[in-house]
Amino acid sequence: MIDENVSKISEVSIVLSGAAGQGIQAVEHILTRVAKGSGFHIFATKEYMSRVRGGNNSTSIRISERPVHSYTDRIDILVPLSDNALERLRPRLSKDTVILGEGRYVGKEPNSISVNFEEIAESFGNKIYENSVSIGVLSGIIGADEDVLVKNISEYFAKKSQEVVKANVNAAIRGYELGKTLGLRYNIKPSEDVKAQLLMNGAEAVARGAIAGGCNFISSYPMSPATSVFTELSRLSNKYGILIDQAEDEIAAANMAIAAWYAGARAMVSTSGGGFALMTEAISLSGMIETPIVVHLGQRPGPATGLPTRTEQGDLNLVLYAGHGDFPRIIYAPGNLQEAYQLAARAFNVADKYQVPVFVLTDQYFLDSFYNVEEMQPVNVERYIVKTDENYRRYEITEDGVSPRGIPGYGTGVVRVDSDEHDEYGHITESAQVRKQMVEKRLRKEKLISQDFVPPTFYGNPDYEYLVVAWGSTQENIKEALERLGNDKIALLHFSQVYPVPRIAKEYFEKAKKVLFLEQNARGHFADLVKLTFGIDTSNRILKYDGSEFSVEEIVEALSQEVK
Amino acid sequence: MFETKLYDIPDADIAWCPGCGNFGIINELKTALAQLELEPHRVVLVSGIGQAAKMPQYVKVNMFNGLHGRSLPAAVAIKMVNPELTVIAESGDGCTYGEGGNHFIHTIRKNPDITNIVHDNQIYGLTKGQASPTTARGQVTSLQFDGVYVDPFNPIAVAVALDASFVARTFSGNFNLTVELIKMAINHKGYALIDILQPCVTFNKVNTYQWYRDNTYILPDNYDPTDRQQAFKIATDTSKLALGVIYKNPNKPIFEEQLAPYKTDKTPVAYRNLK
Repeated sequence: MIDENVSKISEVSIVLSGAAGQGIQAVEHILTRVAKGSGFHIFATKEYMSRVRGGNNSTSIRISERPVHSYTDRIDILVPLSDNALERLRPRLSKDTVILGEGRYVGKEPNSISVNFEEIAESFGNKIYENSVSIGVLSGIIGADEDVLVKNISEYFAKKSQEVVKANVNAAIRGYELGKTLGLRYNIKPSEDVKAQLLMNGAEAVARGAIAGGCNFISSYPMSPATSVFTELSRLSNKYGILIDQAEDEIAAANMAIAAWYAGARAMVSTSGGGFALMTEAISLSGMIETPIVVHLGQRPGPATGLPTRTEQGDLNLVLYAGHGDFPRIIYAPGNLQEAYQLAARAFNVADKYQVPVFVLTDQYFLDSFYNVEEMQPVNVERYIVKTDENYRRYEITEDGVSPRGIPGYGTGVVRVDSDEHDEYGHITESAQVRKQMVEKRLRKEKLISQDFVPPTFYGNPDYEYLVVAWGSTQENIKEALERLGNDKIALLHFSQVYPVPRIAKEYFEKAKKVLFLEQNARGHFADLVKLTFGIDTSNRILKYDGSEFSVEEIVEALSQEVK
Repeated sequence: MFETKLYDIPDADIAWCPGCGNFGIINELKTALAQLELEPHRVVLVSGIGQAAKMPQYVKVNMFNGLHGRSLPAAVAIKMVNPELTVIAESGDGCTYGEGGNHFIHTIRKNPDITNIVHDNQIYGLTKGQASPTTARGQVTSLQFDGVYVDPFNPIAVAVALDASFVARTFSGNFNLTVELIKMAINHKGYALIDILQPCVTFNKVNTYQWYRDNTYILPDNYDPTDRQQAFKIATDTSKLALGVIYKNPNKPIFEEQLAPYKTDKTPVAYRNLK
């Protein structure tokens, strides 16, 4: 589907597609940096198969003169790098899509341009420089700065020999010159501001937010797509003094994180649905011993192994109900990088403050997508640990339900936490009276929590008739879809705190003629939760669960149907 | 030496049967702590679930009574965050070797400076008499009516195979030996396992006080615990069970000392940002 509102002059959507291990990631890495360094806004996301070699993967890169934070189906230039690339992406091609690449891959498409990347590379000494040639060609097409291209190619190959660096640079320059002559020149206006900005993906935003929130401990077990947050914290562990453990399993990881909070750390785990399923016993422990845990859960489609490298918002119910027994919890689901950073940081503050499990829900699409952002600002780290004395009672009954939390070794008291029902000292008890007191004390914290919420973001005209309701990673795609629709009767209410559902949302629902829930799961988990919370009709649901994210075009299409 | 009553919890309603081996172990533990003059607020007892795992309920030190099988991951994390604390993970054979078997293996690999006391009564007590991982083949239990038909787990052999840095076995009825071994384990730098043979007077009618006296022996003074081949031989000889330090490898790196925050600054992470 072609969108006439997006002028080709101000933006280009480039897709690279090939087998795993062919270097698509390298092209994406360098090209996006060249574009940003030249002052263009960029957005990139990838979809890939659960394999190390072969198959077909693709990366979609939008290069624009205005900020771009969302995924579009539209392809202006497709660069196929293998036999199967063209056929697999055919549903996204239009009559205007230019297919650029080796003769044997571009086929006999009407808009194909054959470029001998390999041959050019060989003329500089080795076929493997072909990625540098293609980066050069694309840089020429988008009108990137040649110096920035040279700088980025040199930096990328800096660890190789001088000759290799030089050959790659020369191959890129030849490509750049060729790119300018292909008659595809785009006039994207550069902006000085963009050059100084950072390129960040969802995983980095979560990890850096966690560090900003004082995270100094992570125990996890690798699982796509959540590993990237774990990796980023590990990479930064020396710089920020973070304790890292790749645990033997998710059960250990979650129990460790809780015990780390008990001992005085600010700890998290990063996992996906299947790994989190193993952690649920620990979530219940956190609820009982009132010792926090921060869980980052990068969602992917289930049940079971499902689609390991694809995306879904299918774990809200899991997180909402994980753990036996009654205890409070808080769930965030950021809608963009800024929110991911802020909420990851906030998760540690509220975990410490209310002594409850706190969740940050993302998904594969969110974690793997990146764009240019301003440097994130420091966050105020709130700390609530108290010094104990000999009379210290870990579970002192208080009016608001929060008992001052001591840690072992800080003060002369002993800190005793117990997974059994316990009295104020933390000693095991079966007293019905104490049991009732303690249940009520734990649940009393919910009142405080419900008053300390992240409000939903409203986007659109206050005189709306149709209200699109969404949570998590779909925010930016819906915003762009609404922009394209240009219908001021439709507005968006986006929740980055999904539980407890902020009470103030009710008035937004009441004002709407029709409320439309848009979610990436098969049932509408959040719509069910809203119904449970407010008792309103939430039966209008736009749901997607094929493993890929809603594109801007799909949202435009779906909403056009609904508001007819 | 401190007085053992320093670690007493007044009015504790103890849930163990009269004659339980746990009474011996609690005295031995308090005596070892007192002899080492460890202040209660500098010790953390971490346990899972079971009758043995109730130990910290009755000892006045810091307590993390977590979930069944999970004492070791919790103990490792506490030691990571605050290496200045004396961290003891204490639970039964079912909790440590059954539910927590994977953690047992990988904690040995990590080699954190913690002590792991396992009450090994070769039966499940709290759930009323089912086989534990260390129950002998053929033993009839409250669940295994025709007798156990799997081989018992050999914690000592597994620990030696994994090159654990300190592996000891004792019998709860031998007060002096047990106190001495607990002290050695706490003072040992690295992961230290003490498997304490202990009668369950209610549910295990095979492994009684008399059975343990008849089927154990104390390793001679000239026994060299650094000889791994010999240790493995001792560990796998189940005809008579050796008591004492069976194996020791003091030359292993300590897990928490290698972690990023401690490379240049020994201050526990726990204390770095306190008001």
